[in-house]
Amino acid sequence: MIIAMPNLTPALPEIFVLIMASSILVLDLFLSGKDRFISYALTQLTLLGAAWITVTTSTPDVVSTFGGLFVDDVLADVLKLMTYIAVSVMLIYSRNYTHLRGLFNGDFFVLVLFALLGMMVMISASHFLSLYLGLELLSLSLYSLVALQRDSAQATEAAMKYFVLGALASGLLLYGMSMIYGATGSLELAKVAEVIQQGAASRTLLVFGLVFVIAGLAFKLGAVPFHMWVPDVYHGAPTAVTLFVGSAPKIAAFAFVLRLLVQGLPSLVHDWQGMLMILAVLSMAIGNLTAIAQTNIKRMLAYSTISHMGFLLLGFLSGSLNGYSSSMFYVLTYVLMTLGTFGMVMLLSRKGFEAENLDDFKGLNQRNPWYAFLMLLLMFSMAGVPPTVGFYAKLSVLQAALQAGFVWLVVFAVLMSVIGAFYYLRIIKLMYFDAPLDQEAIAPQPDMTTLLSLNGLTVLALGILPQPLMALCAYSIQHSLL
Amino acid sequence: MNAGLPLLSLVIWVPIAAGVAVLATGSDRNAGLARVLALIGAVAGLVVSLPLYTQFDAAQAGMQFVEISPWIETFKITYHLGVDGISMLFILLTSFTTVLVVLAGWKVIEKRVAQYMAAFLIMSGLMNGVFAALDGILFYVFWEAMLIPMFLAIGVWGGPNRVYAAVKFFLYTLLGSLLMLVAFIYLYSKSGTFEILDFHRLPLSMTEQVLIFFAFFMAFAVKVPMWPVHTWLPDAHVEAPTGGSVVLAAIMLKVGAYGFLRFSLPIAPDASHALSGFIITLSLIAVVYIGLVALVQADMKKLIAYSSISHMGFVTLGIFIFNTYGLEGALVQMVSHGFISAAMFLCVGVLYDRMHSRQIADYGGVANRMPIFAAFFMLFAMANSGLPATSGFVGEFMVIMGSIKANFWYAFLAATTLIFGAAYTLWMVKRVVFGAVANEHVEQLKDISPREFLVLGLLAVAVLGMGLYPLPFTEVMHQSVSNLLSHVAQSKI
Repeated sequence: MIIAMPNLTPALPEIFVLIMASSILVLDLFLSGKDRFISYALTQLTLLGAAWITVTTSTPDVVSTFGGLFVDDVLADVLKLMTYIAVSVMLIYSRNYTHLRGLFNGDFFVLVLFALLGMMVMISASHFLSLYLGLELLSLSLYSLVALQRDSAQATEAAMKYFVLGALASGLLLYGMSMIYGATGSLELAKVAEVIQQGAASRTLLVFGLVFVIAGLAFKLGAVPFHMWVPDVYHGAPTAVTLFVGSAPKIAAFAFVLRLLVQGLPSLVHDWQGMLMILAVLSMAIGNLTAIAQTNIKRMLAYSTISHMGFLLLGFLSGSLNGYSSSMFYVLTYVLMTLGTFGMVMLLSRKGFEAENLDDFKGLNQRNPWYAFLMLLLMFSMAGVPPTVGFYAKLSVLQAALQAGFVWLVVFAVLMSVIGAFYYLRIIKLMYFDAPLDQEAIAPQPDMTTLLSLNGLTVLALGILPQPLMALCAYSIQHSLL
Repeated sequence: MNAGLPLLSLVIWVPIAAGVAVLATGSDRNAGLARVLALIGAVAGLVVSLPLYTQFDAAQAGMQFVEISPWIETFKITYHLGVDGISMLFILLTSFTTVLVVLAGWKVIEKRVAQYMAAFLIMSGLMNGVFAALDGILFYVFWEAMLIPMFLAIGVWGGPNRVYAAVKFFLYTLLGSLLMLVAFIYLYSKSGTFEILDFHRLPLSMTEQVLIFFAFFMAFAVKVPMWPVHTWLPDAHVEAPTGGSVVLAAIMLKVGAYGFLRFSLPIAPDASHALSGFIITLSLIAVVYIGLVALVQADMKKLIAYSSISHMGFVTLGIFIFNTYGLEGALVQMVSHGFISAAMFLCVGVLYDRMHSRQIADYGGVANRMPIFAAFFMLFAMANSGLPATSGFVGEFMVIMGSIKANFWYAFLAATTLIFGAAYTLWMVKRVVFGAVANEHVEQLKDISPREFLVLGLLAVAVLGMGLYPLPFTEVMHQSVSNLLSHVAQSKI
């Protein structure tokens, strides 16, 4: 019997990242002290190489390989590229921060690369098994990243909570998938969709499975009522890891939801629409209201993330191509804003001092007007005030939801974003209206400062000219979902 | 007739570019440079807006100086600018006011000068954008963006309670605006475009119109502000620096009334007619009740703030009686109030800079020490109470004439403002300016500097000029107003 060699081309970026991650793991054993920079540089090179491979192997067609486990389409390429950028930016932002805290070592880079590999598999998965495989690879790497600061009780507690709840959610997800498998007899997303379309599967069983799948998804997204881990993990983890948890994995989670619900279960749209609506409403309400009461900026941003996930779901639940591409636009702009915001938190931190209380932002305009201005742009963007890109993100999901006929939902979302504006404004108030508490000079880090400025200005530039990114999202959705 | 130059783009982007340039001067060591650059920017902004008036074709009702280019194709959003007789005057008013604000803040602002000047220049460009935008989203972007510099201006350079005032101002207006955004998105889903002029032609059922009317109402009524959503204004005015108060009163309040004219009336004409009684009631409450509230104020800025609300009640009254006199009167009143309220706040600013008090009780007999200032103050106070031959009279008179046609009692109640307005304004002037010198602080007052004289003099010319010869203002708006009225008279159902 001849086993045909599967077409490896679509999976080349993943293979490359895997080889590099393993090499860095081994290489790092022989490095000490100052030579750690080599691992860092190699990690950045890996990202660059993966990006190059992704671009060169990209085709406008949908290519499937490994017997339907893995798919390479425009959507996957675009999302992967964005993931590389997010990871690379995260590494640059956290270089100094991790260095000062003794986290600048091989474990960190290798775990990040394995998490990246997990995300890439999630993005390209077209099968329940590969989806789950990617998700677990990501999650396990994240659990260990959160616990990386071994002597911090807070971090260990956060990692523990994350792990226990995460394992539970994975269990729910698997249980739901097994129900769907039982009803349809297939694990391949396209086949599952086909069987349901033909009406051959038991509806009760399907919907029952769907409930568990959605619960698992909601946990991974951090949507209410499966959000309990988010504030603890954001708060407990070192800020560099918080930045990582809050940025790139959201892109993968977006892909995960899209693949699973839109490609796998499109005929159940009316069922999952209602479930997502409950998640969206609760997330927007609880996320925004609870964020007001926070005094720690990492916790505040955790709740703000929860509310952003509610907005993201608005695009999904409209159940149209337009809605999915607006969700994609939302998630990409969200990642852009999160990177900048946590980057700022790390910039203000120094050895032995975490700038994680809201009061640490007091008087930033007097300490450094440029950083204050960048933070102002990021906060207005989070609040969805034009001319920043956050406005168009909100506009496009609201538009999609309204087109789907959910007028009351849109009005509710709008009211919630007014509440949201309050706590973002508070940061601006602290920076501009109050006198500084902390007079220590902000240590200059040329690479980070440049990138952070670029990040902040991108928020403004995309706010003035959002068309290219919107068109990219619409293009990749249209060319990947049929 | 377009001379090839994209005039409206210039009017928007010249002040914004100047603002960025001023910001680039950085710290207060370069304050002098920042001031000069800001003045150059403001004057350049005024210069590029003048051709809008001189080249304006008054015989035409439609949009002029139109610029259109695609912006966000995904949602068919365009960069579409244009002005008609209704919006053109406000662009001139904005550019003019900006020059005054820069001059007025010349000496007074000492900390973070560059940021202050830049905030007002950028705000000026954004407000021009609000008046020139013909695309719903473009309008919304300018509308929201102008909140940011104002928020910072109040919060950074404001009085003791500035943080509360700034946050209240921002959240109040944001709530209203977001409902307007929902209305825009709804109209987009019906018409497939964000073009305001296409919204005007879109047929809508009565229920839709009423809902859209209220969504717009929330946005515009807060801005105007109408009773009972006016409570942010006295706070914002009292805490804002002089420049902030001037821009708030002269321009930002007009944006709300402009919104009624550009959106509520033409997009939801049937709802506007059906709900006109409601709006007129609120307007009359503002005119009468807020006029009485103004009478008891002990703080000069608060008094003028309440007087602004009362005068804006006239504007909304004029708009919702649906006749030419009322509507043109409302527009004249808006421009005139732009001059007068700016002048009144600048006068209070002049006193505040010297005495650091806004309390009427701290003054008395100022005329003995500042005779030139007293003359200006008296003139603007007279204009504020609607004395004939000042611009304040023209608008109020036209609105009263218009409302007599609609209903005698509207006119009767509206006319009480001539009494209340005179009462609260002149009583304040009497207590502040006349009488014996009240205390040693007043004794040491110095009369206005040439710079202050220039600022108040320019406004005095405007107030008297408009009062004596209002034709140049009314003739440009006439065609657009009658066009609007005939549009509103047609049912959309």
